[in-house]
Amino acid sequence: MPITTEFEYIKPKDMDEALHVFSVYKEKARVLAGGTDLVVHLKENLARPEVVVDIKALPELAGFTLRDGTLRLGALVTFSDLIASPLIKSKFPLLWEASLTVASVGVRNRATVAGNICSAVPSADSAPVLAVYEAEVLTRSLKGERRIPIADWFTGPKKTALLPEEIVTSIELKLPEKKHAGCYMKLSRYEGEDLAQGGIAVLAFADNTYRLATCALGPKPARCPGTEAVLSGARLGEKLLSKAKETILGEVSPISDIRSSKEYRLHMTQIMLGRALGSAVARLFGKGAKYGTENIC
Amino acid sequence: MKQHNIQFWLNGEKVSLQVEPSDVLLDVLRGKLGIKSPKAGCDRGDCGTCTVLMNGKTIRSCLALAVEADGAEIVTLEGANSRKWTQRLQKTFHEKNAFQCGFCAPGVILSATELLENNSRPTTHDIKEAIAGNLCRCTGYEPIVEAIEETVKGK
Repeated sequence: MPITTEFEYIKPKDMDEALHVFSVYKEKARVLAGGTDLVVHLKENLARPEVVVDIKALPELAGFTLRDGTLRLGALVTFSDLIASPLIKSKFPLLWEASLTVASVGVRNRATVAGNICSAVPSADSAPVLAVYEAEVLTRSLKGERRIPIADWFTGPKKTALLPEEIVTSIELKLPEKKHAGCYMKLSRYEGEDLAQGGIAVLAFADNTYRLATCALGPKPARCPGTEAVLSGARLGEKLLSKAKETILGEVSPISDIRSSKEYRLHMTQIMLGRALGSAVARLFGKGAKYGTENIC
Repeated sequence: MKQHNIQFWLNGEKVSLQVEPSDVLLDVLRGKLGIKSPKAGCDRGDCGTCTVLMNGKTIRSCLALAVEADGAEIVTLEGANSRKWTQRLQKTFHEKNAFQCGFCAPGVILSATELLENNSRPTTHDIKEAIAGNLCRCTGYEPIVEAIEETVKGK
C-alpha cells in the first residue's frame, strides 16, 4: 500500500536542528524513530504531516545507562535492545518481561519504548510497567527541558502531555531501594504477537506493600491506588485477595471492542490480578516462574 | 516533494537510487530493484511476509521508509545464502516439505536465520517466539518448527 500523504523527510544531525523544526512546524511535524506506528498511520492517512523528522542520527537519544540507581532510557532504545541486555534482565526484570510481550521480534527490533508511550494506545505494554517503576518522561523543546511523571503523561486514548514543539529525549526509572519482585501479566488471544486485551503490572515489596497498574482496561494506562491501599501492610492471603479483587473493579473501566467484551475484561481483571500478585510474591521469595515465562494469561 | 539520493548495500552490492520521502522500502525493493522474495501481505507489520534483514536484524520492510535504508546493509532471501544458517535451513525445509504455498517462507527463513545467529541452541519455545511474527496459513506451523529443530541438530 503506497503512502499518499506528501511530506518532506529530514534527518537532523544535532538536537537544535531537530528542535527548530518542531518549533516551526509543531503538530505538522512527526517524529520517526522505529516507524512501526507512524508508517501504519501514514499509510492509513491517520497522520498527515508536512515533515517527518528522523531522529536516529541524534547521539544523545541512543542507548541506556544505570547510574546512582536511575536508569535512563534514550528515546531510541528499542524493545529488542532491552531484551538483549543482561543489565535490564537483572535489575529491571519486570521491564524485561513486558518487553518480551510486545508484538514480535521483527517489530521489536525497531519499535522504541518512547514511541510506545508517545503512541499512547490504551493497550501499550510498556505503560503499566513504567507506571509501577514511577518513571519520568524527559522532553525537550527550544524553550527548555521538562520532566513529566508517567502518572501525568497519558491524558486520554492516544493522547499525551507532550507539547507540539517538544520531543521525548529519554525515560528515567528509579531502581526501588527496598527488596522487590514483579510480574507483568498480559491477557491476549494467543501467545506471540497480539495486542493486550488487558494487562496488569505488579511490583511487590518485602514489607507487604504493592504497586499496581493496568493497560487496556480503561481509556489510559493507570495505577490502582485503591487496590494498593487495600493490600498494603498485611500478608497476602485469600481474604485480602478477594477484597483486592472487589476493589480493582472500581478502578478499571474497560470497553467492548474487537479484541474482547467489557464483561470478559472485567472478569479477567480479577483473575489476572490474582495470578500477577501470586507470581510477584512467589518471585519475591525466590520461588515462582522465571521472568518471561507464564505471563500470558 | 524533495527527492533523496540514497545508497545502501543490497545483498552485498552497492545500489544508488532516487526515492521520494513517502516511498516504502518494501515497494522500492519489489518495484524498483526487482527483489521479489519479500511480499506485501497485511502491509501493516502483523504478518511478517515482508521481512528483510537491516544491519543484521529482521525488520518489517512494509513499515520502513526507503530513505531510512540510506547507508544500511539490507539482506533479502535472494542474498542470504552468505549467512551461516540460511542454506542449511532452506535444505531442511525442502527435505521436510515444511511449506505448502511458500508465501511466508522468505520471512520465516530470515527470522530463523536471525534466531540461529544469536542462539544456536534454541528451545522449542525460543523457536516459536522467533517466528511468532511470521504468519503461515497452510501448515499449522508444526513442520516449520520441526524443520528449524532439525537444522539445529544438523541432521
